[in-house]
Amino acid sequence: MATLKEMASKEELFTGGHRACAGCAFPIAAKLALKAANNPVVVACATGCMEVATTIYPYTAWKSSFIHSAFENAAATISGVEAAWQALTRKGKLDQKFDLIAFGGDGGTYDIGFQALSGAMERGHNILYICYDNGAYMNTGVQRSSATPFGTHTTTSPAGRVQQGKRQLRKDLTQIIAAHGVPYVAQTTTGHWSDYVKKVEKALAVDGPAFINVLAPCRLGWGYPPEDTVKIAQEAVQCCFWPAYEVENGVWRITVKVREKTPVADWLKKQARFRHLFRPGNEGLLEEIQAEVDRKWAELLKRTEESAELSA
Amino acid sequence: MGNSALANEAVKSVALTGNEAVATAMRQIHPDVVAAYPITPQTEIVQIFSTFVADGLVQTEFVPVESEHSAMSATVGASAAGARAMTATSANGLALMWEVLYIAAGLRLPIVMPVVNRALSAPINIHCDHSDTMGARDSGWIQLYSENAQEAYDNLIQAVRIAEHPEVNLPVMVMMDGFIISHGMENVFLLSDEEVRKFVGERKPHYTLLDAENPITVGPLDLQDFYFEHRRQQAEAMFNADKVVQEVADEFAKLSGRQYEFFEAYKLDDAEMAIVVIGSTAGTAKYVVNELRAKGVKAGLLKMRMFRPFPAARLREALADIPAVAVMDRADSLAACGGPLFGDLRAALYSASKRPLMNNYIYGLGGRDVTLDHIRTVYQDLEEMLRTGEVKREINYLGVRE
Ligand SMILES: Cc1ncc(C[n+]2csc(CCOP(=O)(O)OP(=O)(O)O)c2C)c(N)n1
Ligand code: SF4
Ligand SMILES: [Mg+2]
Repeated sequence: MATLKEMASKEELFTGGHRACAGCAFPIAAKLALKAANNPVVVACATGCMEVATTIYPYTAWKSSFIHSAFENAAATISGVEAAWQALTRKGKLDQKFDLIAFGGDGGTYDIGFQALSGAMERGHNILYICYDNGAYMNTGVQRSSATPFGTHTTTSPAGRVQQGKRQLRKDLTQIIAAHGVPYVAQTTTGHWSDYVKKVEKALAVDGPAFINVLAPCRLGWGYPPEDTVKIAQEAVQCCFWPAYEVENGVWRITVKVREKTPVADWLKKQARFRHLFRPGNEGLLEEIQAEVDRKWAELLKRTEESAELSA
Repeated sequence: MGNSALANEAVKSVALTGNEAVATAMRQIHPDVVAAYPITPQTEIVQIFSTFVADGLVQTEFVPVESEHSAMSATVGASAAGARAMTATSANGLALMWEVLYIAAGLRLPIVMPVVNRALSAPINIHCDHSDTMGARDSGWIQLYSENAQEAYDNLIQAVRIAEHPEVNLPVMVMMDGFIISHGMENVFLLSDEEVRKFVGERKPHYTLLDAENPITVGPLDLQDFYFEHRRQQAEAMFNADKVVQEVADEFAKLSGRQYEFFEAYKLDDAEMAIVVIGSTAGTAKYVVNELRAKGVKAGLLKMRMFRPFPAARLREALADIPAVAVMDRADSLAACGGPLFGDLRAALYSASKRPLMNNYIYGLGGRDVTLDHIRTVYQDLEEMLRTGEVKREINYLGVRE
């Protein structure tokens, strides 16, 4: 992996001046991914905060090539770019390697773009799809998605008199993509820059499709002070709400050690979107959330242990 | 059709279905990328093209996408990356592409797409009408309709040149009637692979995503201060397309001996009554025109080829002096004011100093047969219109139990 120094001396392909909120995390995901690439990059981006805040005609924050087409089709769009690359190379019209990266928010990836993503993964294009998961449709004003955690207050799963935020568990997209059997799948957060960069490098190096799910806090939708962007992401790993792991050719491996698993309530408490869960009478919900985190964590540990045994 | 085509030794006449003819044109065009999804009656095109890929007859990258939405999206990605990209569809498939059709046009991508016309659901029906592509008439695509397999073949080859012309840069859809043409066997004159290769040339995009030296941003957010200018440019490209479509047709005529116009005026010069029609029904209607002419009735016909851009001025010129005109729509706008062709044609004729009496026939929906008798009744109605100077019924549903 490139050292911090080497990374710093590389050209910024994702530049400042974009209009993301102060304390927004997706710019970290964009900037580091482009830093990790060693070939010219083509980005396909889904409609959402990333696209809207980084390309407002006649300005663009992207010094790589960039295409935005629609909300649900970043995976299909990058498939087409890859097909063009294959054909033009085969026909001798092009002699240049590219790193082809699609970005989509959780809405554009877990929900409306799910089919296009699954199709692209199954077809085996040589692409990297990065989902920046901020846990809701932020661009349209914080509506719930299938990535939104249980109990979260959003504008379409509001905490009210009879309902206490989102009533469903979140979809585990990383595992779903792992089940596609693609060569490289990983999840991490924007608070773990070196883990993320390593994963992007690995993902770009594999021959075939790769998927990274990067938890990217949204200061507006989550409700935390903007200076805590990195910390809040790191704590999601420490409480095991969002373990950092990878699935490389079917081998599951935890990449960020959890030294001392912290209570999930400690993490929830720091975010306004979970405030209602701490009202008297909602203790049961907090317990449910903790139980679900524990269950998923145990399941992941088992998977990684099995992998270790198998590859030993 | 001119005789020079027959005189040209390189010209081969082969018995082909419409789908086979279109797939052959695609092989000869040899696009860089085809991303497609099967749907009756277009399926054969995808299947035949897949065999070309499997047999190494083309170097095209074939992307067997998981839906038509992705077919159009991947085609957009490929085209923006500098590839010559194609797809094909019908009915519900086109409907699923809807959102991305507008994006392809708005991003000014010269994508070419055969569409095999089929009725839209509900009720579900696999047979021909034009409700699918008529619904896409304002999506910013150039639309060329074909009467038969020969025209579908010829239109598809010309479409590449039209789409990629620097003054146009717009996507083009080429239509043929589902089953009637797509599955009907006809003699089709094919150009040689070499002739098509030379005619379509290489795509020379101004900008591509895969130019490492000149990275670009495609599809940015475009707000109040620029969106309108970009739309205006797009509108201008449609105005330009008019000229380019004819230039390409003239060049194609030199190569093939088959001369295309925006529409075909059949025995229209001295006609006292005419029907305007799109697609395979023109063949049936021409037969009736000949019948009537033999009896001394001055009947004529106008067959639309280019529906978008709408050749309004030329249509006005061709039709204004004809006393009675019946417009046949194989799609209903369901706006309770007639079919889409009727609406556009009446608007085009509004500024003429002399205007024909006009009525509209919605016909053939869901593949309902159009017989010679149906067409005969239309001309009978026109005769009555001429005699009485009155339009008895403006919007008529032809060949349906009412
Ligand atoms: C087909 C379609 N449906 C809905 C929208 C409206 N829309 C635009 S962005 C967005 C939400 C984006 O959410 P996500 O993908 O999570 O990205 P984020 O804004 O959170 O970064 C929605 C609902 C759209 N542009 N297109
Ligand atoms: S709303 Fe959230 S995701 Fe969108 S720019 Fe602001 S902080 Fe970033
Ligand atoms: Mg989101």
